[in-house]
Amino acid sequence: MLKIDNLHVRAGNREILKGLNLEVAPGEVHAIMGPNGAGKSTLGHVLAGREGYEVTAGSVTYQGKDLLALEPEERAAEGLFLAFQYPVEIPGVNNTYFLRAALNAQRKHRGEPEIDSMGFLKLVRQKLSVLHIKDELLNRAVNVGFSGGEKKRNEIFQLAVLEPTLAILDETDSGLDIDALKLVAEGVNLMRSPERSFLVVTHYQRLLDHLQPDVVHVLAEGRIVESGGPELARELEQHGYAWVKDRIAPGAAA
Amino acid sequence: MSAIPRIDPPARTVAPKPLEAGVEEALNRRYEAGFVTDIETESLPPGLSEEVVRAISAKKNEPEWMTEWRLKAYRHWLTMTPPTWAKLQIAPIDYQAISYFAAPKNAPKSLDEIDPKLLEAYDKLGVPLHERARLAGIAVDAVFDSVSVGTTYKDELKKAGVIFCSISEALHEHPELVRRYLGSVVPVGDNYFAALNSAVFSDGSFVFVPKGVRCPMELSTYFRINAGHTGQFERTLIICEEKAYVSYLEGCTAPMRDQNQLHAAVVELVALDDAEIKYSTVQNWYPGDENGVGGIYNFVTKRGECRGARSKISWTQVETGSAITWKYPSCVLLGDDSVGEFYSVALTHHRQQADTGTKMVHIGRNTRSTIVSKGISAGRGQNTYRGLVKVEKTAANARNHTQCDSLLIGKRCGAHTFPYIEVKNASATVEHEATTSKISDDQLFYCRARGIGEEDAVSLIVDGFCKQVFKELPMEFAVEAKKLLDLSLEGAVG
Repeated sequence: MLKIDNLHVRAGNREILKGLNLEVAPGEVHAIMGPNGAGKSTLGHVLAGREGYEVTAGSVTYQGKDLLALEPEERAAEGLFLAFQYPVEIPGVNNTYFLRAALNAQRKHRGEPEIDSMGFLKLVRQKLSVLHIKDELLNRAVNVGFSGGEKKRNEIFQLAVLEPTLAILDETDSGLDIDALKLVAEGVNLMRSPERSFLVVTHYQRLLDHLQPDVVHVLAEGRIVESGGPELARELEQHGYAWVKDRIAPGAAA
Repeated sequence: MSAIPRIDPPARTVAPKPLEAGVEEALNRRYEAGFVTDIETESLPPGLSEEVVRAISAKKNEPEWMTEWRLKAYRHWLTMTPPTWAKLQIAPIDYQAISYFAAPKNAPKSLDEIDPKLLEAYDKLGVPLHERARLAGIAVDAVFDSVSVGTTYKDELKKAGVIFCSISEALHEHPELVRRYLGSVVPVGDNYFAALNSAVFSDGSFVFVPKGVRCPMELSTYFRINAGHTGQFERTLIICEEKAYVSYLEGCTAPMRDQNQLHAAVVELVALDDAEIKYSTVQNWYPGDENGVGGIYNFVTKRGECRGARSKISWTQVETGSAITWKYPSCVLLGDDSVGEFYSVALTHHRQQADTGTKMVHIGRNTRSTIVSKGISAGRGQNTYRGLVKVEKTAANARNHTQCDSLLIGKRCGAHTFPYIEVKNASATVEHEATTSKISDDQLFYCRARGIGEEDAVSLIVDGFCKQVFKELPMEFAVEAKKLLDLSLEGAVG
């Protein structure tokens, strides 16, 4: 599904990712944890194709394709989805209209027929009922005036409608209260399938309690320094990231 | 209120510049209305004098009072100087180099006799005039250079009691109406361009909706400048008597030429008690090329008077074309409880300049006005909103709400806002809101990460920005306006 090999990324003069390796198989949920400034959000942005980053070495293969050679919209059409840490407001653009434009742009790229408004509405209703999202979100402008929780749930709603193959969740849990967190986690769990993989970038373990990832990675100083099962997340929660730093210090010097 | 430094475009050159075939083709794609119709034209030689004014009047067989009215305007114009207060760079205009009258030869007497080439031209512009292809539910008056070449649905309108014809025809058929209202809203000496128009105006549309009649269809005028070296000076007069209603649309295009052409129109609206006039414009005059060569100077005076109690005048404009736009559709709110509205989208791309806005003059009691202005600047475009809200002593409880938003695309364009507020009655409420924003990288990336390509993303964001104004347009026009905006913004990003 996704293979990241020795990825080096700079932003301006700063090297942020310094030889990152990661492999995700279909149907797996991987969590990436790490301290502030470790490069977690950069990884999400680089995978989705945001400008302003320079890949100086390494490669990213996604479903056999060179991901880094694709435009952001091509990556989306190929099934990659990034749930934003800070979803962006687009005043005056109806949320449903936006999502239909996105879905149809992706379908067009894949050579599939466009969905008309009736068909789309049906799809939306079906997803809404599963996700327990209120109708009113649909008729508002994209993310405008949404609460923090509503914005994050709107991201999950988009995820559900666009049905990607690889979903990257960039700190989707940040700023959410316990109830909102549960709803988001439920939404993600409903979307799990043998063909769909998740890369969950998070700071805290609490989201992982609900998601039960297959693999947990620790990202520090631009590299994956530790990988393990869900128990790794709990250890981190107990000991803090300083514990990781201590453990990697000898390795980093080598 | 924004204070973004402006970049002055260099002086315009008027020398013809040969275009390579490939370039010309590319430009033509962008400005689809840029074709020239090869038709025999009868025109006056360039130049302006009392003789020319008399000649125009004579060509149109006008009554003597009309000739005198024109001459009065001309003499007044001679004493005036062009306005310089607008934030516009205008190369000096040689008024003696312009031809003030151009008309297709063998002017048709009715739509049945119209030259097939003219029908073809309007077909190409998407405004079919002949019966089988007419736009359903919209009556059209087609003005080609200086004259009206045809008006559709005339008989149907007549049955309803609505008069819709060219202003030349109205001068002969309904002289008393024209004489009573012409110049009553925009006097001959109102401003430099209005005075010029009053002297030399050649045609335009006339609408009269009698007491109690709701006009059964949308009325529209399609203005087309075809001939080179000519100016277009049309005059529109719309009167709604008590409790009458009309919705009127105008569209405009011109061929691509590398000289600047002058378009100085005057539009007057009169609404009596409980009457409502809705006036919509989609302006797509040739904007000039990317370097600012050629294009129309669009210097227009539009004003409506809400003379009656509870009357309402609503202006909606989508201004995407023209090299330079100087235009302030205004409302004089005389009647108690009368309402004025102004909704505007103005786009400047490449080297286009626009100084546009409105005046809302509150005189009657409980008068209300709303201003929504959306300015979009791209390329090296310069976009200025200039608006006056004036509340006279008599206008107790007057209310105004102004919202003025600017959107910038790229780093070399400019947006400017000049709101003027004069309040002489303490019971008035005047609100002004303004924002300046850019299409952010965040917005673009968000759209692209969802699968929407860059150009489509810009169009989506701009459309959202303009939504408040587009929803005021009649359905067909809203679709047209959106398409036009997309076309005008081509290549604005990246």
